[in-house]
Amino acid sequence: MLKVLFFGQLKEVIKTECLNIEIIQNGKHLNTVAKLRSILQAKDNTWEEYLAYGKALVAVNQEMTSDDTVLCDADEVAFFPPVTGG
Amino acid sequence: MSHFTQIVVQTQDFDFAHEYQKLRDSNHSDGALVTFVGLVRDTNLQQSVSSLYLEHYPAMTEKVLNNIVQTAKAKWQLGSVSVIHRVGQLKVSEQIVFVGVTSQHRQSAYHANEFIMDYLKTQAPFWKKETTTQGDNWIEAKTSDMQKFKDWS
Repeated sequence: MLKVLFFGQLKEVIKTECLNIEIIQNGKHLNTVAKLRSILQAKDNTWEEYLAYGKALVAVNQEMTSDDTVLCDADEVAFFPPVTGG
Repeated sequence: MSHFTQIVVQTQDFDFAHEYQKLRDSNHSDGALVTFVGLVRDTNLQQSVSSLYLEHYPAMTEKVLNNIVQTAKAKWQLGSVSVIHRVGQLKVSEQIVFVGVTSQHRQSAYHANEFIMDYLKTQAPFWKKETTTQGDNWIEAKTSDMQKFKDWS
């Protein structure tokens, strides 16, 4: 099971804070960030737009990373807009 | 009395004088102390701002801030480092962030302070939502901030 978190405007527009997703979906192994992202983007137009590569950054186990990162069961994956602290 | 590293994320305000004094008291070998404080502005993109809401990703925030400070310490000879970032609802002119750095000489302290802020602004998982007279907006990341981050590498 992957724990998927959303933050900032993304969380607000998709009205979702957290999802638990089986790492194997309909026989497809979500073994990279890119595959997880595309499964999530398929949910609807809003998810597709706001989770687009470049629009939503990604962290795996609390470290900012890229779409080719390999995912393992029980990983925590977070998607969020570019950060605006400080 | 010894050098310290402090990284705090909190909802409550911080006392600048107290944080400054802690840095001063941490040692007598450093001749430079540079501080930066970020404040809530009353305007953004020509809109009048009344308040700001700061969200973060708690499990990740302190990890990232710690990495940033460790990277700064590897780059410059620093004494004490203090980073305080607030989250939650903040009003105009309230303090958002404090970065304080001590070192033997001013150049390291100036550079390290700016480095920590440039990294924090582009790497630490905070998001700002502002309340304006025209409604609420999530603030968008600035390309100029990303450029400042890239300039360090």
